[in-house]
Amino acid sequence: MSPPASPTAPRVLDLDGITKRFGPVTANEDVSLHLDRGEIVSLLGENGAGKTTLMSILFGQYTADAGTVRVEGQELPPGKPRAAIRAGVGMVHQHFALAPNLTVLENVMTGTEPLWKLRSDRAGGRARLMALSEKFGLKVDPDARVSDLSVGECQRVEVLKALYNDARILILDEPTAVLTAQEAEGLFSTLREMAQKGLSLIFISHKLHEVMSASDRVVVLRRGRVVAERRTSQTSKEELASLMVGREVKRPARPPSTPGRVLLEAADVHVGGRGGASLKGVSFRLHAGETLGIIGVSGNGQTTLAGLVSGLHAPDSGSLLIDGQTPARHDVPHAIAAGIGRIPEDRNAEGSIGDMTTWENAVLERIWSPEFSRRGMVKRAAARAATEAIIRDYDVRGATVEGRIRLLSGGNMQKLILGRVLNAGPDILVAAQPSRGLDEGAIAGVHERLLEARGRGAGVLLISEDLEEVIGLSDRIRAIVNGRLSPAIPVEKADAQTLGLMMAGDWSAAAALEAEASHAL
Amino acid sequence: MSVLFDILSSVGMWEAVLRIATPLIFGTLGVLLCERVGVLNLGIEGIMTFGAMVGWLSVYNGADLWTGMLVAAAAGAMFGLLHALMTVPLGLSQHVTGLGITLFASSFSYYLFRLAVPTSSSPPTVEPFRPLAVPVLSDIPFLGPVLFTQTPPTYLALVLVALLAWGLYRTPLGLALRMTGENPHAVDAQGIDPVRLRVFTIMAGSALMAMGGAFLTLAAFNSFFPTMVQGRGWICVALVVFASWKPGRALLGALLFAFFDAFQLRLQTVVDGVPYQLFLMLPYLLSILALILMARRARVPQALMQPYRRGER
Amino acid sequence: MRFERRDHPSRALTLLAPVGAILVALLVAGGLIALAGANPLRAYGLILKGAFGSRLGISETLTRATPLILTGLAAAVAFRARLWNIGGEGQLYMGALAVAGFGMIPALGAMPAPLAILLCLAVGAVAGMVLLLVPLGLRLKFGVDEVVTTLLLNFVAVLFVSLMIEGAMKDPLAFGWPQSVPVPDSAVLPQLMARTRLHLGLLIAVAAAVFTWWLQSRTVFGMRARAAGLNPRAAAFAGVPLGRTLIAVACLSGGMAGLAGAIEVMGVKGYVTTDLSPSYGYSGIIIAMLANLNPIGVIGAALFSAVMFVGADSMSRALSIPSYIADVTVALSLLTMLVAIFLTQYRIRR
Repeated sequence: MSPPASPTAPRVLDLDGITKRFGPVTANEDVSLHLDRGEIVSLLGENGAGKTTLMSILFGQYTADAGTVRVEGQELPPGKPRAAIRAGVGMVHQHFALAPNLTVLENVMTGTEPLWKLRSDRAGGRARLMALSEKFGLKVDPDARVSDLSVGECQRVEVLKALYNDARILILDEPTAVLTAQEAEGLFSTLREMAQKGLSLIFISHKLHEVMSASDRVVVLRRGRVVAERRTSQTSKEELASLMVGREVKRPARPPSTPGRVLLEAADVHVGGRGGASLKGVSFRLHAGETLGIIGVSGNGQTTLAGLVSGLHAPDSGSLLIDGQTPARHDVPHAIAAGIGRIPEDRNAEGSIGDMTTWENAVLERIWSPEFSRRGMVKRAAARAATEAIIRDYDVRGATVEGRIRLLSGGNMQKLILGRVLNAGPDILVAAQPSRGLDEGAIAGVHERLLEARGRGAGVLLISEDLEEVIGLSDRIRAIVNGRLSPAIPVEKADAQTLGLMMAGDWSAAAALEAEASHAL
Repeated sequence: MSVLFDILSSVGMWEAVLRIATPLIFGTLGVLLCERVGVLNLGIEGIMTFGAMVGWLSVYNGADLWTGMLVAAAAGAMFGLLHALMTVPLGLSQHVTGLGITLFASSFSYYLFRLAVPTSSSPPTVEPFRPLAVPVLSDIPFLGPVLFTQTPPTYLALVLVALLAWGLYRTPLGLALRMTGENPHAVDAQGIDPVRLRVFTIMAGSALMAMGGAFLTLAAFNSFFPTMVQGRGWICVALVVFASWKPGRALLGALLFAFFDAFQLRLQTVVDGVPYQLFLMLPYLLSILALILMARRARVPQALMQPYRRGER
Repeated sequence: MRFERRDHPSRALTLLAPVGAILVALLVAGGLIALAGANPLRAYGLILKGAFGSRLGISETLTRATPLILTGLAAAVAFRARLWNIGGEGQLYMGALAVAGFGMIPALGAMPAPLAILLCLAVGAVAGMVLLLVPLGLRLKFGVDEVVTTLLLNFVAVLFVSLMIEGAMKDPLAFGWPQSVPVPDSAVLPQLMARTRLHLGLLIAVAAAVFTWWLQSRTVFGMRARAAGLNPRAAAFAGVPLGRTLIAVACLSGGMAGLAGAIEVMGVKGYVTTDLSPSYGYSGIIIAMLANLNPIGVIGAALFSAVMFVGADSMSRALSIPSYIADVTVALSLLTMLVAIFLTQYRIRR
């Protein structure tokens, strides 16, 4: 057995003075970091703090502008992933680097043999894979096609792939983003076991509780610099939070709600899986002046639910009433005309067209309305004026009416989308992952707008994987699990345990709370 | 009915199937290679034309037949390199680049051909590949003449199918190639440069396409004339979809296709009253039919037509 | 070496791109001319002289540019919406054949010319549309990539033309040559210049380009078609009906190509043969790319190609350089243009 992590454990990794710039943006500035044998170090930081860039440099995918990487005392040549692999560095990427059409064994074996060998040693590979899977308790079927695996299984394949490459240092980039709480717990215990067996791990995350429970030591990155380093045993979530953000961030307070009439009512709606998980009998009501939060692990039907309300999907069965009426057609123009405002989950892929101008992006979804077109002709002046108003009212920085939208930052893109949606004065607002990938300042802005909309009587359907956000903004909360919605609990009763159970599909407590709340009314 | 039977039982008909299939096998394998690493190569029609021309030109100028094939392959690889450089490191539109290569390669072929043969009403011929009877095997009744008295490039094409199937499914390089067409990031993460793999594979695939073209002038028609490729390249692109990107099925597709072609050629001579153009349309219509049948079923390489840049997703 | 996306592609660079691309193509083609033992400068001089040196040359160049503008537009509008219509050649032939067939209706000969011409143009356009709607239907219904199907249909279309002009539509007075019955005089496009082949079709083509520009930049349809091409997912999210938009684009694209065929028959030849088009449909793809898919730019790009083709014909007679050099140059300029567009959008970093 290898020795456990201790102050005397040998140093396995040294990053020294790493600096990396992309054009005018500095992603990493003079970052130094070390890792001892058998140790788990967390790299903590917000989105855009430079975590992934740093690890890509370590792994040889980027070349640093300055600084060195040493593994077990040997300096790694920059920009050579192969050298990093040979030195025993393995990386489990945030987006899996797997081929869906190939089998698990094929995925694991890619690039592990000399390319010009005339015959691949499949039997040997399989034996080795099975032995590793046994040793670390990572069960997989080597002949399964990756496209048939669940997300958790894919991650196991990724970890096994690194181990198969003799990784002694394992980097995990946001490994829990796609896992349920239970799966994440399982992962943490696997990581512990690996560390016990002599592996050294770097765990990248922006979630405080994970960092606290998974690692021995925490390195905090902010704006590309190391701002602090703490032993996990000697710090707290609160300290780490303020280190990570660098200032106190106050999210806007939520005034009490005065729910009004039912604006949106879904009854037993089924939607087949078109590129997303399907909905299997979803019922809910959304009232005027309230925010209904939908939580859940990604891939449980959130996207389809948002698409349903946004007019992208029609129900296969069941009914969806908007303000008590069935829309003439379930499509986008009818949804918008019925007063639904839509904030899409993916700003870049769905919410904007990078190579069109700001004004075109601002009016495209309402181009059919007499406000912006007449007899098929675009009212360019009106469209421009409306866009100027959005840019001004919502402080969209870096945008010009005639400029292409591609270069806007995430925060400003979101402001533009909020502007185009809210300036139309919607009664119902669907916000899917509205703050994903934004920095704290921008998030506060988004939240303020959502609360404003609720304040003036709109019903807000907030679909988010960020629990803090949902708790901060919602009046009632439901969980979506495998295409079904849990009972709704009032936010006052939403503690970590209840929400965890709801997301895991255990709804007995939630049902009781829902019943209790409806009695109270 | 007896007419049909006569056609189907004639040795000549079945022997022609393999001959007609040969350029398609080369071309289909070429397209298959390119698409397996994730790059559509619509340059095929032009590359086949250029291969046909340059192979013929070499032999016409005194080179031996295999040198002609080799020159064609080398020229094909160069056009492949051009296509690869534009579509892989630069990430330009694979559709438009491929079409550009086709237009360039074919007009360039005609230009060089006209330079070599300034004026002549009937194109000059070369002494083509002769059928090579495989000892013993060619004596088997029926099968012998059909399978074992073909020209050497036909045997080469068949060997290539087996080689490619082995290479793709049984060697580490083949696995890396397939992975490149599925997820180049994964290949890169394993320390193999997907850009280089793509470039070299496209060169190899294009060399095969050109050899398919050279077969037309050096074994089938004995001479070169413009528009002789007649959409065979496009048919190969369709056949690859039909074959679900598998070499064995590509062979099957090429043979099936050649069977219909050989059959309609013979049917034309015995059936009266049906315009010959309808028969000539068949290959193209069959290709479209094959595409319709397979469009939703095939396991398309996931990274097909996705340019790869490091650090971009 | 790395490529980095430019934040703001400069307008000057964008306008210079085609010029640079054509110059590089001319340079390479010049090498090929030198290879053939002629002086490239002299060859280019002769090309210019052939295209512009005489009234006849100019008229021929403009006559040649006419179908190229239309096939260029066919490709440009389709590519804008990411509809890969490579079937311009086939659609052109169908347009030509439809007009010739329509011309056989006796009543047409008795009609006043403007009406007959309008009807014929419409018939040609519709025939082109129909041929493109087939592969589009296959794409929308079965998910079949339209690139290969449109390519394959080109061959089918030409064979169909051959079938008709050797059969039902064969001209009995053509001494056995396979060509269609000529269209009646009422459907022949009037000449623009006396004693030349230049005809009204040029003005129709230019009008079509302006119309297309207007459609793309000023109408709801144009905006939606562009959105659908640039980002189908975002377009769908914004409520653009993708299928219907693509069908409309296909009608426009196929219609333009069909129009090109109709106009060739009505303005130049009078009848259909299987060598009606020296690859106008394929050249249209190049022209569209050279114009960076801009409808007004298509006019300029078509003129460039026409100059090369017409000029090379007369140059080749003088220098015994195969006139295929024009095809080579134009095709090369497509490849160089692709790289030039890339360079306007990216900068190279070490």
